[in-house]
Amino acid sequence: MDQVEAVFREERGRLLAALARRFGDLDLAEEVTSEAIEAALVRWPVDGVPPNPGGWLMTTARRKAVDRLRRDQAYAAKLAILQVDADRAEGPRPGGGLPDERLELFFTCAHPALAPEDRGALTLRCLAGLSTPEVARAFLVPVATMAKRIVRAKARIRDARIPFRVPDADELPARLPGVLQVIYSVFTEGYAASSGPYLQRTDLAEEAIRLARILHGLLPGEREVTGLLALMLLVHARCAARTGPDGDVVLLEDQNRARWDADLITEGRALVVSALTGGPAGPYAVQAAIAAVHDEAPDFVSTDWPQIVALYDVLLTIDPSPVIALNRAAAVAFRDGPETGLALLDSLAAEPRLRDYHPYALARADLLHRLNRLPEARAAYEQALGTAGSDPERTHIHRRLAALTSEDN
Amino acid sequence: MKYLLLINAGELDPSGGAVGCEPEDWMRFDKEITEAGVVVASESLADLVTATRVQVANDGSRTVTDGPFAETREVLGGFYVIDVPDLDVALDWAAKCPGSRAGGSVVVRPIADFAGA
Repeated sequence: MDQVEAVFREERGRLLAALARRFGDLDLAEEVTSEAIEAALVRWPVDGVPPNPGGWLMTTARRKAVDRLRRDQAYAAKLAILQVDADRAEGPRPGGGLPDERLELFFTCAHPALAPEDRGALTLRCLAGLSTPEVARAFLVPVATMAKRIVRAKARIRDARIPFRVPDADELPARLPGVLQVIYSVFTEGYAASSGPYLQRTDLAEEAIRLARILHGLLPGEREVTGLLALMLLVHARCAARTGPDGDVVLLEDQNRARWDADLITEGRALVVSALTGGPAGPYAVQAAIAAVHDEAPDFVSTDWPQIVALYDVLLTIDPSPVIALNRAAAVAFRDGPETGLALLDSLAAEPRLRDYHPYALARADLLHRLNRLPEARAAYEQALGTAGSDPERTHIHRRLAALTSEDN
Repeated sequence: MKYLLLINAGELDPSGGAVGCEPEDWMRFDKEITEAGVVVASESLADLVTATRVQVANDGSRTVTDGPFAETREVLGGFYVIDVPDLDVALDWAAKCPGSRAGGSVVVRPIADFAGA
């Protein structure tokens, strides 16, 4: 059953998107999408798979939607559906396939009128085809809480009439970053879990990559979509080497690079090239380029730090943020030595966004440690410990503290 | 679908007017939105600071106080009710409205439709 469900996962997103657009209501679209898939699971093993499975699902789902709206006139009026009969008369599509309206759904799920925390949940639910319990697990919240959030988000779409549409070319530059942000935030939670027993949650990272692949297929010419996909592939390629046998943190400098996924790196590098070609580079493309430079180094010491610092300089001009400045300072420390890096880090001390951001305290601790300023290093490690997220990150800091203590004696 | 556009002034000048809003901008905007045929109603408040709040307690006693401005930085200056196909169109009109500039904001809220009930 699970395998059959998996086959339907991709189809479910397409079906849902087409129905949501037609009826303007995600609830109705979800309901009849599920019913159509259930019907297929019952009928196809008996009657055989129809020659046009997508068309069969669509016709079945639409018929169920029309029935539902006939039964419930008040609901129909609320949705202001005027074209039900015309819709039924519409013939099959020439290609026989489903229309792909998932791009519309991406923009609806990431609409700025929705609460930021609901956008990712809705995108995972509608476009990655995750069930509500799976989405709840993804965000580490109870199922009931997630169910409530999804209901709230769908009600918001219906009540405020957030449209199912792709923004016009002139609005696209303002709206696309919101969609990319939703996908990237799913990925970053997968890359470094904000809490819990695991450092990384590869299932989430893979869902984000899957979403980016779908989006890249729908918008092949949008270079930041390409850049985001490249970035995630090039970072995710290191996933097997980032944790030790006990799930503990393995830093980039200690990773066994033979365990990096060469196929993902090859694919990511090709995508970076097209993301950087044909105009000014966007922030995802530049971050992907940085990831590519790391991936291309045969070992840590031969990393091209001048190149990485130069890319961070570009990134700081197009997308300035204290976190980027922190990463640049760390790269400078490897290029010019810990003292220079530390001076840069200290110049960021007043940034409110870095105050509770444990990578900042950890980066300072590391440089102070290397400069043999042990009491200050200890204080910085302890500060990092106060804000670190997942258990393996905390264990890692405890180990560094222990190492420092043994050096001190 | 009807939406209420609540126009809030960001900053007040010493005479109680909104900072950075030119009458010509408002006239141009009002002409454009009216000619688009989407306006259901619109009013501009007489001034930004005169307001009287009325509350009736459980015992029926009435309390009348001077405006609600002490705790809020943004003050309501006027509104439009527009009838447009969806939220994105309403947001576009809000963005065109001069009230959304110079520290002001336009809050867009959907209006209930009881026609189908």
